Amino acid sequence: MIINHPLLGPRDAQEFVYLGDANLINRPDGLVPDAEVQFHDYLYQRDNPAGLHRELWYHEQGDRSWLVVTRNTVTHEITQVELAREVAHRQGRSK
Amino acid sequence: MNQSNRITGGLINRDTTLNFTFDGKTYQGHPGDTLASALLANNIRLMGRSFKYHRPRGPIAAGSEEPNALVELRTGARLEPNTRATTAELFDGLTAKSQNRWPSLRFDAMAINDRLSPFFAAGFYYKTFMWPATFWEKVYEPIIRHAAGLGALSRQDDPDAYDKGFLHCDLLIIGAGPSGLAAALTAARSGARVILADEDFRMGGRLNAETCTLGNQSGADWAAKTVSELAHMPNFRLLPRTTILGALDHGIYSAVERVSDHLPEPLPGKPRQILWRIYSKRAILTAGAIERPIAFENNDRPGIMLAGAIRTFANRWAVTPGQRVAIFTNNDDGLRTATDLVAKGVDVVAVIDPREGLPMLPGIRHLQSAQVIDTKGRLGLSAIIVRSPKGVEAIEVTALGVSGGWNPNLNISSHHRGRPVWNDSIAAFTPGPNGPAGLTFAGAANGHFSTHAALTTGAAAAAEAIAALGFTAPAQDLPKAEDAPIAITAFWYVHAGKGRAWIDPQNDVTVKDIKLSHQEGFRAVEHLKRYTTLGMATDQGKTSNVLGLAVMAELTGQSIPETGTTIYRPPYTPVSIAALAGRSTGPDFRPTRLTPSHKWATEQGAVFVEVGMWLRTQWLPKPGETTWRQSVDREVLQTRNSVGICDVTTLGKIDIQGTDAGAFLDRVYANTFSTLAVGKVRYGLMLREDGIVFDDGTTARMGPSEYVMTTTTANAVTVFRHLEYCRQCLWPDLDVQLISTTEAWAQYSVAGPNARKLLQKIVDQDISNDAFPYMACGEITVCGGLRARLFRISFSGELAYEIAAPTRYGDAMIRELVAAGAEFDAVVYGTEALGVMRVEKGHVAGNELNGQSTALNMGLGKMVSRKKDAIGVPLSARERMVTEDGYRLVGVRPVDPKDPLTAGSHFIATGKDAVAKNDAGWLTSVVYSPHLGHSIALGYLKNGHTRLGERLRAVNLLAGTETEIEIVSPHFIDPEGERLRA
Amino acid sequence: MPDHRLKPLTPLGNASPQTDTIGPVTITENTSVALASLATRKGRKADVAKAANSLKLTLPAPGHASENALWLAPDQWLIEAPFATHEDIAAYLKPAFKDAASITEQTDAWVRFDMTGPDLHPLMERLCNLDTRVMHVGQATRTVIDHLGCYVIFKTDSLTLLGPRSSAKSLHHALITAARSAY
Repeated sequence: MIINHPLLGPRDAQEFVYLGDANLINRPDGLVPDAEVQFHDYLYQRDNPAGLHRELWYHEQGDRSWLVVTRNTVTHEITQVELAREVAHRQGRSK
Repeated sequence: MNQSNRITGGLINRDTTLNFTFDGKTYQGHPGDTLASALLANNIRLMGRSFKYHRPRGPIAAGSEEPNALVELRTGARLEPNTRATTAELFDGLTAKSQNRWPSLRFDAMAINDRLSPFFAAGFYYKTFMWPATFWEKVYEPIIRHAAGLGALSRQDDPDAYDKGFLHCDLLIIGAGPSGLAAALTAARSGARVILADEDFRMGGRLNAETCTLGNQSGADWAAKTVSELAHMPNFRLLPRTTILGALDHGIYSAVERVSDHLPEPLPGKPRQILWRIYSKRAILTAGAIERPIAFENNDRPGIMLAGAIRTFANRWAVTPGQRVAIFTNNDDGLRTATDLVAKGVDVVAVIDPREGLPMLPGIRHLQSAQVIDTKGRLGLSAIIVRSPKGVEAIEVTALGVSGGWNPNLNISSHHRGRPVWNDSIAAFTPGPNGPAGLTFAGAANGHFSTHAALTTGAAAAAEAIAALGFTAPAQDLPKAEDAPIAITAFWYVHAGKGRAWIDPQNDVTVKDIKLSHQEGFRAVEHLKRYTTLGMATDQGKTSNVLGLAVMAELTGQSIPETGTTIYRPPYTPVSIAALAGRSTGPDFRPTRLTPSHKWATEQGAVFVEVGMWLRTQWLPKPGETTWRQSVDREVLQTRNSVGICDVTTLGKIDIQGTDAGAFLDRVYANTFSTLAVGKVRYGLMLREDGIVFDDGTTARMGPSEYVMTTTTANAVTVFRHLEYCRQCLWPDLDVQLISTTEAWAQYSVAGPNARKLLQKIVDQDISNDAFPYMACGEITVCGGLRARLFRISFSGELAYEIAAPTRYGDAMIRELVAAGAEFDAVVYGTEALGVMRVEKGHVAGNELNGQSTALNMGLGKMVSRKKDAIGVPLSARERMVTEDGYRLVGVRPVDPKDPLTAGSHFIATGKDAVAKNDAGWLTSVVYSPHLGHSIALGYLKNGHTRLGERLRAVNLLAGTETEIEIVSPHFIDPEGERLRA
Repeated sequence: MPDHRLKPLTPLGNASPQTDTIGPVTITENTSVALASLATRKGRKADVAKAANSLKLTLPAPGHASENALWLAPDQWLIEAPFATHEDIAAYLKPAFKDAASITEQTDAWVRFDMTGPDLHPLMERLCNLDTRVMHVGQATRTVIDHLGCYVIFKTDSLTLLGPRSSAKSLHHALITAARSAY
């Protein structure tokens, strides 16, 4: 596969390491009273769509950027590639 | 007999004669020949035996679709089985052998299977080997294994090298026939970067096999001229002898180039083959078409071939497979073989055509409404039995050309599950939608069978592809070529006789097998395939799939498209494992990482061990030591008694800086680092988010905003990846910067009571206990001014330091340390002694950090701070993770000090059976402690922290050992830590 | 010049750098360049730009290298300086950048091979997936060579390769083998 890196252009997926569902960005607060329940859902409840899937890829043999790749799990078509740090920002993550 | 079947013309060089052997006998051929064409020239039709029935077989095709003529090429370590004689390029000295026969090709004892064929019908394996169950492993499997397979491996290492490589283009064109060449011309003249790949060694495809003309030249001449024009263009690259194996994702194609297969052996330094990964923006499949046979009784005798193959052998290789030839065809293309052979002076005795009302071929006996219903000849065709309106007659022939029509060679179009679609006008499947994105089709591969259509559709497909990429195609000047209409009447198999009519000759699948499959309910195409093995041989049914499907369609009373179709998988043709491995074999399997002391250690005769990619010193034998234990015991004792030196460079080192570096560490470690004083080191425990321990190591605070983290050797890469994940995905606004420094520093551990005395000799600053206490760290200089770092940390439990110098001085440092240590009888120790000492001290390592254990299990539960949020902390509080009776790290010693311990042994209470329900845990790490004089171990024991002093059994059913043991503290040495702080 | 008594080894394990010529290509181990990573701290881009300017450092865009810096990652570069005059390169950079950037010595983390020859493409296409035929001077990127993450820097008459130092011998072996195969 080819992943169109937002900074470096098209790169072979062989340079990347796959992690999984991009929802991993939304790590709950570990200090709230129901943290255990929230973390259970966060870590173990995943959608497994046959179709578009937002997932985390790490450019390990490149610039070490984590990317959010939107990929069709049926056709492997990649429709969007974003820097994970920008996605995280957009989803309200900060410090 | 010498080349008695050689006829006039052909694209061979008759000025040179090549000698080769087949089954030990020497023959002659010419440059330009394949093994098959040269054997046919010498009137050798019998080239192999079939897989199941060991039927005598000859080639039916002239290219890579060949199912029958599989031979062993070369000898010794270069022996290669299952090679198609029809694609093996002839060279002087080539050695080939037939296979799947014993004792000889002409007399094969296993041909008895042919007589037993009623027992070997479709589903034979499923029905026969079911019962009794106990027979499977002992009786059936050995028999099947003995009979299975065709050729045999040499069982020697392949002496040749295989490369991998990467190519880039705008347009990849797959197949260099008329369509591919027209496409290449169009695209290359526009300036687009073009790669044209063809599996053949001569470009032109069927232009080399036909007598047609393009403009005023022969097809072969036009192909040669076109290739030479293309070769002069810098934006064009020709890959001859290159098979596109498969369509990967996003325009990537994998290909194998047979660089040296046509040579006796590769030139020095050159590869035998190259596996290319081709990155294309667009691709065009111009792979032509593959002819299909008609099934009739005994249609598998050597000498019965596809009509187009006979034409190829005659026109390209100047060979006729026999002196008396007949043709059996349901289409006009088959008639061309007859006329071409006649033009070459070959005796064409009859054309048998199931169609009626056609104009008669001039000068040839043209039987219409006729069929071949049977054949004769034990090791080769001697006669055909023909049924026509005039009755049944036997005709003596030595070769029969059969044509049931042509199937577009759409293999690669279905690699992404694109389903072919049926086209009635050519009675064949053409590429369907949903194939690989960016791949289009032209020429015969897309069902356009005339030369004119091949040229024009090829050029048009190229123009469309390059236009989409922003290039403009120049005006076309394609030559005039034949544009004959397709005249075919679908005709699949002859309904006559009780004998077997072959469909898939390599896997011995007959019309009867298809009927049986239908009768037993295996009617869906995928079931049919698996039940009969149709199309599952090494040729993937290139000549047989559609025919098998047509027979099934007739049986079910459905149309062929209703019956369905199968799709193909990569690779297009078989590819050697060696090509897939490339250079990654033997010692080059993966790169090696060498430690800074490697050169010195090699000089000392060190024994090395692979730790991931690293080579580390395992131990350093001294003269007179005959077992590893002697060396390791000495290294441990000398370290504990005086001082030892160990290369610990392999531990991962990550430089972590930024104003939020401390806060960041607090979140990635279970314990706290923001409170660590500058100039101090702390042990850190890193958890996975699920609460299981991920890694451990020490992290030093070198400045207010500067830390150096160490990781285990094994997890250096994954920890760094994890830190980047935390930094970018979870807390993108933390001011933290990361960079690996593992390679930049040579790091040595100096441990033992004399460690300080030794180091003080080379460290330029005061490192007394007051100046540099336990867990101190700092920048120093050594040997008169070299910048270095010192960390007072200990894995062995002794007074210990780790000293780091720039890697280029790593070799000088080990020599300095050894020289400075001479007066203390310092020892250099390896990973074995390191392991012994860490077990003696009760430190966890890889065996305990097994991806299943929590901090609590390791006796480190107090390190998990509940006051803050950190990775893994919330879920480590889960009920089942904190049970009091969970596994706890314990020390183990044998009750009888003479007893050895076995790693992996399970704790079983005395008097209980060694069964799973009584399993109380296991021994994770076992060493012999020279210090204590007996074996010791660490282990995970249920409720272990309350069981000190208890006696249990350590049972290892695999090793067959059982030892009475006592549970003790995991800290065998200096439990109070006085030595560390000395 | 260092005032200590220790003798360095090159990444290939010799006293002095090694040069190999295979056909038209010359591959030279180069130990004359000191390296340090420079990473901008949060909110300090302007300060970093100013400090870089003061040292005449050109911090290139993603996928590029200047005469004295190589882009590594967002807001992170590898700074180059002559080893003979800047052996302690981190100490040279820190006073200029102060707390606006994180600076880490990297000189010994890498082996550096300079490759020269009239046509390096046949060699590069056996080594890595970069489309070197369309790349131009000033481009620089990381890629995989012989399973190793390496930087490839396109210079006027040469290519420079930075690979992990501990695998210098394996990488060198891969380069030599590929050169013998390609030419």
